[in-house]
Amino acid sequence: MENVIEAIGLTKSFGAFTAVNAISFHVQKGEIFGFLGANGAGKTTAIKMLIGIANPTSGAAKVAGFDVFTEAESIKRNIGYMSQKFALYDDLTVKENITFFGGIYGLTRAAIKTKTQALIDELNLENVANHLVGSLPLGWKQKISFSVALLHNPKIVFLDEPTGGVDPITRRQFWEMIYKAAHQGTTIFVTTHYMDEAEYCDRVSIMVNGKIEALDTPKNLKKTYKAENMNDVFLKLARG
Amino acid sequence: MRLFLGFVKKEFYHILRDRRSLFILFGMPIIQILLFGFAITNEINHVNIAIFDHSKDVTTHEIINKISASSYFTINQLINNEKDIESVFKKGKIKAVLIFERDFNKKLITNKSPTVQIIADATDPNTANTISNYINAIIQTYVKEINKDVPVVYQINAQSHMVYNPELKSVFMFVPGVMTVILMLVSAMMTSISITREKELGTMEILLVSPLKPIQVIAGKVIPYVFLSVINAMVIIVLSIFIFKMPVQGSLILLGFESVLFIITALALGILISTISATQQTAMMISLMGLMLPVIILSGFIFPVGSMPLPLQIISNIIPAKWFIIILKAIMLKGVGIMYIWKETLILLAMTLFFIILSTKKYKIRLE
Amino acid sequence: MSITLNHISKSYKNVQALNDISFNVKAGELFGLIGPDGAGKTTLFRILTTLLTADSGSATVSNFDVVKDYKKIRNSVGYMPGKFSLYQDLTVEENLNFFATIFGTTIKENYDLIKDIYVQIEPFKNRRAGKLSGGMKQKLALCCALIHKPEVLFLDEPTTGVDPVSRKEFWDMLKRLQQTGITILVSTPYMDEAALCDRIAFIQNGSILEIDSPQEIVKHFSKTLYNIRAHNMYQLMESLSHYKHTFSAYPFGEYVHYSDNRMDMNPNELHMYLVSKGLNEIIIEVTQPTIEDTFMALAK
Repeated sequence: MENVIEAIGLTKSFGAFTAVNAISFHVQKGEIFGFLGANGAGKTTAIKMLIGIANPTSGAAKVAGFDVFTEAESIKRNIGYMSQKFALYDDLTVKENITFFGGIYGLTRAAIKTKTQALIDELNLENVANHLVGSLPLGWKQKISFSVALLHNPKIVFLDEPTGGVDPITRRQFWEMIYKAAHQGTTIFVTTHYMDEAEYCDRVSIMVNGKIEALDTPKNLKKTYKAENMNDVFLKLARG
Repeated sequence: MRLFLGFVKKEFYHILRDRRSLFILFGMPIIQILLFGFAITNEINHVNIAIFDHSKDVTTHEIINKISASSYFTINQLINNEKDIESVFKKGKIKAVLIFERDFNKKLITNKSPTVQIIADATDPNTANTISNYINAIIQTYVKEINKDVPVVYQINAQSHMVYNPELKSVFMFVPGVMTVILMLVSAMMTSISITREKELGTMEILLVSPLKPIQVIAGKVIPYVFLSVINAMVIIVLSIFIFKMPVQGSLILLGFESVLFIITALALGILISTISATQQTAMMISLMGLMLPVIILSGFIFPVGSMPLPLQIISNIIPAKWFIIILKAIMLKGVGIMYIWKETLILLAMTLFFIILSTKKYKIRLE
Repeated sequence: MSITLNHISKSYKNVQALNDISFNVKAGELFGLIGPDGAGKTTLFRILTTLLTADSGSATVSNFDVVKDYKKIRNSVGYMPGKFSLYQDLTVEENLNFFATIFGTTIKENYDLIKDIYVQIEPFKNRRAGKLSGGMKQKLALCCALIHKPEVLFLDEPTTGVDPVSRKEFWDMLKRLQQTGITILVSTPYMDEAALCDRIAFIQNGSILEIDSPQEIVKHFSKTLYNIRAHNMYQLMESLSHYKHTFSAYPFGEYVHYSDNRMDMNPNELHMYLVSKGLNEIIIEVTQPTIEDTFMALAK
């Protein structure tokens, strides 16, 4: 299996404080990788290094085959990113958003057009394609946002709490989209605070105080920590 | 009261911890006053002029000497050909050319009134005007000098005498204007931004759902800025007195009272702006476009109200800054007391009351 | 009754935010408002905290009318809005002091009430609120909402975006607070938190779907529910979505929760179907519906 993310001893310090402390792991092609941790455990900092917007203090990492130190620009072209805080422009319509994001990833006009139509068909957006994104329910926004992150066929998609606050049904539809993308070979790197979603991942890592305390399949983690579900695993680990 | 003081204390924390706002608050008045004082000026100094003397006799020499002796002009070039006049202007260095007609001295003695022609470069009309006035004045002085022994029977002499700003120093004109602009900016913009920030953060929701009365929230927001604006006004006055030798002829207490009145006007405007804007950005745009531009353009700060078209003159009346500038000039330069400016003060007071009532009416006790 | 709502409706421009909402919360109750983002929870909170007025209907908090007696309500309730509402540029202690002051009290006076929570953030009392982690901010916000010893506490999505550990701690605190007699109305998008409330109301698109205790509410799920597992989740979901008898099939942790559209379904038949789709390691077993299953069934 091909590794699309390889991190060895990746570290980031801010002065005396070490936010990410020598984490090492790898993620395979087409894998759904759950990246869990308490608030402040260092998840966001780690993701920032992997997507090439923050320089590691030490260690090494390759994302989509590119070095995070020297080839950050190539990384950015080969990944998709979606965060809960910023997804789409509320004051642009669905179509305008898709066109804009297609444009910044250098898609041709024709490609944007076909992709836009495909996306609208897939998500049943015919009626709202010309509505402002701001007027749509959160769940829809997140689904559109995920599709937009996939527009340029990235090797990896980073999803930072994509389902926070989304209703239970839409949340599951969202995960169906994740499964589908993974099935087609896209690697999914996802953070979440819903522990049932952790079970959907192929492998899960749990960060505590800047270190990866556990990394395995949900099944093995539950066995190792003698827990009934991932929530218990998380509570046992993160409580320290 | 303890509730209220707690609120005011919190406002001071906000202001003191925000370096950028602090810089705007205290750096800007100083920079503005220095800029206006030094850079923008109507005075002329060592202006380069050229002379085209057809006569070259005793009188013209004496006049030329007088001109070159003044610090206002430097005689840079002597021209001997009509055609050269245009070319020296085109080079740009020479701002005026003085032409003495033929037989200057002869005409003077024979009582035929010789003429001096002043050609000035009017691409900058203010400077051209000043140059021509100054040259005129020098020539007049000279004429008086040579005539002092000769009794002239019929002559009307217009004597102009500049009062209140005898040296025509432009800084005297700018100080009241800059002070007005700064007080407006600090008071109105800063308060409106600080209130809308609470809306953006969501803290306004908590403040509303608390025993604090709306009037306490508003007053708590306003008081720190009254304090800061008064400090600002003092800084401006002190700077202009010590650096630009600006006189304050009238009573400092009256000046202080009028300044506080204007500060309150501006604060009331700031509150009004905050009631109609949902974000800090909107508040800032409205403050800048809605307040600063009229203050700069229509208040008489830069362009005299008297020379505006009638509609603009009428509009200028509703601009509080216009009245404050009149008051400031009257106190600082004319040294008059309240007896002479009670009308302007009353207008300002009425406007302030109007804004306060309007903003308390518009201030919402709920979110919509 | 601590909180009553009678036929409350509210719309913005062309969106109906709340549609004929009626329910009561008893004194000392921990009542949960469960629903996704955009369901109308925040609007409901704002009406009860007197920040908005309803288009129609009436409501009371501590027997005060939310419109007429808004001043009295503002003196006696605690409110933690959904957006994090503390001053980021003030320290932990300054924030708490400020909120104590504007409610006419001091930290000392009501220290007992916040002690449990405050000791956890006290080591950082000189840190600016903006520099705290999510869980810490929340604890501070709760302290600020509690500092004046409110009769009723309104918490609008206090745990959104917070990790499971901090969420659990937060709910432990709520349970302890409830012991002191405070009525608590809390909203959350997390269904697992619903189980910790005395009673819950499901809310979706501005309407109440059901109100009951967490134990009783699951009885509104009328079908038999099955846990289904196979070696490949994606393939399993695909196969179930094409199965003609599928009523609902939602992934739940390592299983898919499946309900059939027939009254008398035979699990063996489904097993055969899944085998025919190339799935193996198949497990099909009856399970008890959770609160989330019930919500989805009612919201469908």
